[in-house]
Amino acid sequence: MNKSLLKKITSNQLFIPLLALFLLAIINLIVDPSFFKVTLGTNNEGNPVLSGYLITILDYGSELAILAIGMTLVTSASGGQDISVGATIAITGSAMLRVLCGSNTRPEQLAAPIIVAFLVACIVGMLCGAFNGALVSIFKIQPMIATLILFTAGRSIAAWINNNELPIVPDPKFKYFGGFIPGIPIPTTVFIVIICVIVTALILKFTNLGLYTQSVGINEKSSRLNGINPTMIKMLAFIFLGLCVAVASLIKVSRLATINYSVIAKDIEMDAILAVALGGNSLSGGKFNIWASVLGAYIIQFLTTTLYKFNVQSDALAAYKAVVVILLVVFSAPKVRESLSRLKTKKALKAVNKGETK
Amino acid sequence: MNKTKLKGGIFNRVSDTNLLLSITVVIFILMYLGAIIFLGSGFKKPQMLFNILNANAALIITACGMSLVMISGSIDISVGGVVALVSMCCAVYLDVNHHNGNVYVSMLIALGIGLAFGIIQGLLVAYLNIQPFIVTLAGMFFARGMTTIVSTAPFNVKNQAFDKLKLTRINVPGMGSYNKKGLYIPAYVEIGVLVALAVVVILFLVLRYTRLGRAFYAVGGNQQSALMLGVNVKRTKFLSHVFCGLLAGLGGYVYFLHVGSGAASHATGMEMNAIASSIIGGTMLTGGVGNVVGTLFGVLSLSTIQNIVSSAGLDQAWWTGITIAAMLCIFLLIQSIVIRQRKRALKR
Repeated sequence: MNKSLLKKITSNQLFIPLLALFLLAIINLIVDPSFFKVTLGTNNEGNPVLSGYLITILDYGSELAILAIGMTLVTSASGGQDISVGATIAITGSAMLRVLCGSNTRPEQLAAPIIVAFLVACIVGMLCGAFNGALVSIFKIQPMIATLILFTAGRSIAAWINNNELPIVPDPKFKYFGGFIPGIPIPTTVFIVIICVIVTALILKFTNLGLYTQSVGINEKSSRLNGINPTMIKMLAFIFLGLCVAVASLIKVSRLATINYSVIAKDIEMDAILAVALGGNSLSGGKFNIWASVLGAYIIQFLTTTLYKFNVQSDALAAYKAVVVILLVVFSAPKVRESLSRLKTKKALKAVNKGETK
Repeated sequence: MNKTKLKGGIFNRVSDTNLLLSITVVIFILMYLGAIIFLGSGFKKPQMLFNILNANAALIITACGMSLVMISGSIDISVGGVVALVSMCCAVYLDVNHHNGNVYVSMLIALGIGLAFGIIQGLLVAYLNIQPFIVTLAGMFFARGMTTIVSTAPFNVKNQAFDKLKLTRINVPGMGSYNKKGLYIPAYVEIGVLVALAVVVILFLVLRYTRLGRAFYAVGGNQQSALMLGVNVKRTKFLSHVFCGLLAGLGGYVYFLHVGSGAASHATGMEMNAIASSIIGGTMLTGGVGNVVGTLFGVLSLSTIQNIVSSAGLDQAWWTGITIAAMLCIFLLIQSIVIRQRKRALKR
């Protein structure tokens, strides 16, 4: 009985990410217990804010968590990944700034309300998603290659939208989305992630989209024979990712109140894909678990913050991340797990045989 | 290779590989002729073409490796990182102020780094069945990170023997031009171009005439049937990654020879350029279809369009990105439509 319970736990999809999180926490606890300290202080504007490494992780992991939600759906439906999310963040962010500032790059007042700018960004993000989705579902191009187009063009388009100028948003309210609302000590980004997660959960709960997405990912032909329209489902997955990108870009742009086309959200597509993989989702499509991906996103941020704490330079961060990723992937590979369990049974058999000869 | 011979029009008689290759070659020639007619000046001189080759020799080599991996149905996105790591390591090793090393040993270092990446990634992909995208993504992260760990500040290399090698120019007879004063300026290529062309020829022959080359196409086309034909699928996949890593190392050295410096920002986005040129050259990511000659033309088309864009007066940085993407989009759509038409024709 005990053995089967252990097996049940180790074969759970959440086992690997939770183990990784646990290990990271233990390492931090040993090296420096103050890692987990959360203090209430005041920031420059005199607002009460919570600070500490844990808050940093929750705050800065939020864009990644939001992207991971969309990326999981795209991965599940199409069996491929969208590598254009970073570039699309640049596009939607640029469009948002264009609406907010108009043609003037240093405006005294906002040219349009923030909500309008955000809605425009959502539409732009959904259009980008629809473009990718059309290439993937209608023209049957592999997702990674289809999204390569926007990946190459995205940052250029973003620069083109604002004529390569870097507008600065004057309204301090715009900074609330990536920072703190006065009087509330918890970062606003945390609330945004919670809203996104709840909305997604409701969609998955009250519609069949989740089930349909998985069935398209597992077998496109048979799901079409069962009356599901795979083209539509794939399109929807990409459009949903576009929406997630728009929300992430709101946070990204709001943090600085401006944009840098070549640097904003650089390499975030790689992190988002890693988050999906870390969550134990198959990258070739099919079954998915969104919560595991969100957990994966926070683990990546946890790792990043831990490495920063050990005074690793931001450029060299990638090398350490790569080692961790390879170790994780190797140990969660079905082949390695199989041979490990075979090794265990062999040992057990040997012990039994020994007992018999005695 | 997909040799689907059917009675009917020429369209159905050519193999997928040759059809996509000829589309690329025709479009490249049309583009270059158009540039000569409408833009004139620089494009009239043969040196323009040689300059394109000089600047892109490293890309040709790495893109050939990429095509090889893509033909066997996998992918390697670590090549850009490997190129950066190789040039940084060679720069630190060769520079007078650092180690003042030997030029020939530095070549071995370059090939060794590439080979190491190829072997490790190949093992993980082929024998442990891990997604190639994830493995080589980690490879890219690792290479980029290691580059900054080796040295953060970019610097130019000072080394006598290396400078001599770097400045070696091979004149192409009969292709020179006269400048305004009537002086004859010979057309030249750098050593890297010769290496790149040799790589293309050798890979073309290997893919076409050897058992291993055929195995790459077979594995990429259909793993199951390749297995039934007696092809060692795992070893073939492993070897494709090893070759790609080795070529990335070689490409890294050629790149280093061209720029003569080490910097962490070298070859940024090179992996995507390599994938794009492979696709434009008619290699399909689904595997089993492709040709290194096409890849050569893919690189040429890509860099020609960049040159056209910059000499047509659209010199804002963003036009390059947008035109490359538009071109990629057009080629992908052509591929998709062509393949679909042929499938329909086959069904009939």
